[in-house]
Amino acid sequence: MELTKLTACKVADKIRKKEFSVPELTQAYLDRIGELNEKIGAYITVCKQDAGKQADNIQKKIDNNGELPLLAGIPAGISDNICTSGVLTSCGSRMLSNFVPPYDATAVKKLSQNGAVMLGKLNMDEFAMGSSNETSWYGQVKNPLDYGRVPGGSSGGAAAAVASQMACFALGSDTGGSVRLASSFCGVVGLKPTYGAVSRYGLVAFASSMDQIAPVTRDVADCAAVMNSIAGHDPLDSTSRDYGHEDYTLSLKSDVKGLKIGLPKEYFSGGIQKEVKEKVLDAAKVFESLGAEIEEISLPLLEYALPAYYIISSAEASSNLAQYDGIKYGYRTRQFEDLVDLYKKTRGEGFGEEVKRRILVGTYVLGAGNYDACYNKALKVKRMIFEEYQNAYQKVEVILVPTAPSTAFKIGEKTADLLDMYLNDVYTVPVNLAGLCAISVPCGFDSSGLPVGMQLIGKPYDEGTILRAAFTYEKYTGGNGGIDCGI
Amino acid sequence: MAITKEDIERLADLARLNLTPEEIEKLTGDMETIINYSMNKLNELNTDDVLPMEHVLPISNVFREDICEKSFDREEILKNAPEKAEGCFLVPKVVE
Repeated sequence: MELTKLTACKVADKIRKKEFSVPELTQAYLDRIGELNEKIGAYITVCKQDAGKQADNIQKKIDNNGELPLLAGIPAGISDNICTSGVLTSCGSRMLSNFVPPYDATAVKKLSQNGAVMLGKLNMDEFAMGSSNETSWYGQVKNPLDYGRVPGGSSGGAAAAVASQMACFALGSDTGGSVRLASSFCGVVGLKPTYGAVSRYGLVAFASSMDQIAPVTRDVADCAAVMNSIAGHDPLDSTSRDYGHEDYTLSLKSDVKGLKIGLPKEYFSGGIQKEVKEKVLDAAKVFESLGAEIEEISLPLLEYALPAYYIISSAEASSNLAQYDGIKYGYRTRQFEDLVDLYKKTRGEGFGEEVKRRILVGTYVLGAGNYDACYNKALKVKRMIFEEYQNAYQKVEVILVPTAPSTAFKIGEKTADLLDMYLNDVYTVPVNLAGLCAISVPCGFDSSGLPVGMQLIGKPYDEGTILRAAFTYEKYTGGNGGIDCGI
Repeated sequence: MAITKEDIERLADLARLNLTPEEIEKLTGDMETIINYSMNKLNELNTDDVLPMEHVLPISNVFREDICEKSFDREEILKNAPEKAEGCFLVPKVVE
């Protein structure tokens, strides 16, 4: 039996039945990382020793027939913008290439209380800014299904690690679609929780009004299990909400009878790859055959979400990233004349091109002469988009759309054309702007054998319904049957 | 909206970013592309009667009791400092 092929839920069962031990399982993952990470580049840091120790501790509990938490012994990877006590948290940036946090993010703490074993820290676009994982200081992550292609981004390391069995599951972050896009390109499941559902404490801020920590898993059942352990109110994050979150595993019922699913026509036109459209419409037919009511709806503001997103997220990024000044932590330039020179050189050398671009865009739109015309304009459009979704949810319970306009593209293919690159996020950013939840689930392959992802978008705090719909689809179609990367 | 090299230099100064001449050249074009695309698109919409929306959550202030709690040790926090001395962050001379 190849241990790394098993989903978290299957592993949990087998560990309890003592079919294999947690150290054996952890070692199997570490071996896999040793074999593949050089080629794929998913991990920035591998925590061999700590993972071994954690595994031994969990096994002791099992041997003593102790009470086992949900994710006991499951090996996971954590994106490198989520703080881990005593372990490098670089954000894929030279700026934080020496930053070792003295504390754990709340989500990490919760995973560790739940017994998960941390294998290491995952590569990502610098400060989570990117759609292809081509902007990391630590190098390009490759798509495990085709090394010539991107894994999507910014949480490319998370999706690539889960798809290539270098982690049983992973935590990434989703500000404009990072986890969903990468999950779609790598053929795994990724969920963007409702804003406020998961604590952001310890998640390095990019655009604080939209950032959420987000799970990447092999299947929908694992996704529910991970959500169960990380969701909930945290006094350390005043935007996290006490919404008494349900047990998400109770949503894993195969039943979409009478579920009203909306298909917004705007998401199926324009520059969408033909096969992506076909596969997602096929999925709609599957839902219909299982008793769901499919209704065509219209969300005409779709085309305005991307520009609004770029203005707002860059504005927030320019404010958030002002904290990197070479004084208290992180990179500091070697030679400088005075304090201002120290700031400028530190930031000029510490940040990569995409980050600089967004800081400048943010500085521009927040400037005295542009604040109203640019930033406030974007905030007004955000309200219109928010209201458009609120209205749509008067009619339907779930909205079904593609996750991305295309399947994984070639490395370097879109780096020359900024807008072409930004368009990858066209279907994912409305969810972040409107504070909704959404799950990306594999729904087939294109003619090159690359996975297509569909997105089920739910009302705020209605993760239960999108998990149920995703679970039903996966059960009926057999999902991807566990992607075989052929490696 | 035309964005000039001088605009980028001014923005970079405000954002405390040292840029090379090549970066200034490239970012001038990039910025013009991004700002023009975004603003031309957004300005198609009439937003005269719309209020800006900063946060999707209906929350205002979140209060807690003002209680002293143990925080991180000074040494722990200073571990990441690029330069330190006598339990403090070391910075270049600021006041003449």
